[in-house]
Amino acid sequence: MSESIIIAETNKGSMAQVTAELVSAAIALGTTPTVVVPCVDPAIADGAGYDGAARTIAVKGTCFENYDAASWAAAIDAAAPSGIVIVAATPQSKDLAARIAARRGLSVVQDVVAIDGMNLTSPIYSGKAMQTVALSGDAVISVRANIFPAAASSAANVSVVDQSGDVLTAVQEIIARASARLDVAEANIIISGGRGMGSPDNFSHLEKIADVLGAAVGASRAAVDTWDEIPHSMQVGQTGKTVNPNLYIAVGISGAIQHLAGMRSSKYIVAINKDADAPIFAHADYGIVATWEETLPVLESALLAMMS
Amino acid sequence: MPNIVVLVKRVPDTNARIVVNGDRVDLSAVKWVISPYDEFAIETALQHKESAGGSVTALTLGPSEADKVLKDAKAIGVDEIVRVWNDSWSEMDSNSIQSALSQAITDLGAEVVYCGKTAADTGAGSTGPGIAERLGWSSVSNITGASFDGGLTVTAPVGNGDAKISVSGNAVISCDKGNFKVRKPNVKGIMMAKRAQVSVVSADSPASSVTIVSQTSPPAKPAGKKYEGGASAEEVARLLRDEANVI
Repeated sequence: MSESIIIAETNKGSMAQVTAELVSAAIALGTTPTVVVPCVDPAIADGAGYDGAARTIAVKGTCFENYDAASWAAAIDAAAPSGIVIVAATPQSKDLAARIAARRGLSVVQDVVAIDGMNLTSPIYSGKAMQTVALSGDAVISVRANIFPAAASSAANVSVVDQSGDVLTAVQEIIARASARLDVAEANIIISGGRGMGSPDNFSHLEKIADVLGAAVGASRAAVDTWDEIPHSMQVGQTGKTVNPNLYIAVGISGAIQHLAGMRSSKYIVAINKDADAPIFAHADYGIVATWEETLPVLESALLAMMS
Repeated sequence: MPNIVVLVKRVPDTNARIVVNGDRVDLSAVKWVISPYDEFAIETALQHKESAGGSVTALTLGPSEADKVLKDAKAIGVDEIVRVWNDSWSEMDSNSIQSALSQAITDLGAEVVYCGKTAADTGAGSTGPGIAERLGWSSVSNITGASFDGGLTVTAPVGNGDAKISVSGNAVISCDKGNFKVRKPNVKGIMMAKRAQVSVVSADSPASSVTIVSQTSPPAKPAGKKYEGGASAEEVARLLRDEANVI
């Protein structure tokens, strides 16, 4: 089997689950992956051993303290063998994928959601259509989370490579985000509100349920455009964020094509809307025709009872 | 004074219904627009010029149908409009697109390039960082703001906050929706854009190594369960745990 390279995704000092999913994606491509871990301290790579992976390379460099696309691409390119390069389809790793591909003169295929031999399928037009492409050689691909099963962990066979690249940008300061709430792009569960919430203050009812579920709070474009208090960072949809959580709860959202484009690939969709004819119901696994005022308190107490 | 290029792309309106005919999407009936994030790139490029001087050139890759988005950019306020194209090009992959655009950017003598964070058709976001790598430039993606006093400083999301990042040397900057209004074309701009000439340039481009096999409609979802009344939320919560296993 030919070799592939997985660039590990880390989260707060340990491996993110999607890294284990990338191993399954690499095996689906008929390749044996080498896991490359960009890091400042190679100890983190001890957690990057997986069944089916050949070995782990910790690429240690001061450039990995902050994300700088140019230096990351240079350092990883120098340390990683050739082969198909596989990353997670997060904003940062998609950016890195594009740079590594260009550096190696390869093509990049982003947001892969299915692999069949060398055929890769990705959503286009924000999921209003799917496109399948065929690779004819090495390429760099990014794979969406929550698609492939996570490979089991095993002991990591780690080699450490010291490598850095010329850092071309400098972080001057980081302004912590006011809300400590999870970002919709990173959440496994999302509860989103639309204009049907009536006012931005009523999003507090969504936050209460989000707190019970450990969920992120999202919003439709209509809500973001109508209320200044609802920031664009919460927007799910074609001109906002594209998400595929395990569970998406749409409250007071009619289901405009723009919104569907950003969330239709969610594993399970719950719709709560007082209009029985709202298009969102055609995409919901569980639909509740009722106002949010009568539904959310029942949902919250049912979830609290189940979680306790 | 910086020579600024802004990349624009012609895409179907984001509200358009996407129809599949055979094994390709059929875009014959859609309305075409500038890709929405490109509008933030144009605005940022114009602000850069207003602060530091220089000129802004809008650049696109495509056949003559793409002239419309260049004229739209001209109406908003860019100085020059350029289209790179070769009639032999079709279904180009990222490698061939970026090669052609990089060459055009070099030929234009650009020092800073702005683009949208993703185009509304592919959603890939590969073009900006890929071009930066080919040119040997720095890049920052998904910025939400920029300032130009004493060099270029941009704001971009990191981890749990927003970073202010200073950029030295030539750079490609991809723009998310920023916390500012984008200017719209005025009557004078529209009149000037009508008379504006698109300069068409050529470039070399390697053959694609990725070929499109098919484009399809997304799989239809089986019909879900539908309930009446808020009290059913209790049953739905139970099903989310016992049937869907997602909580």
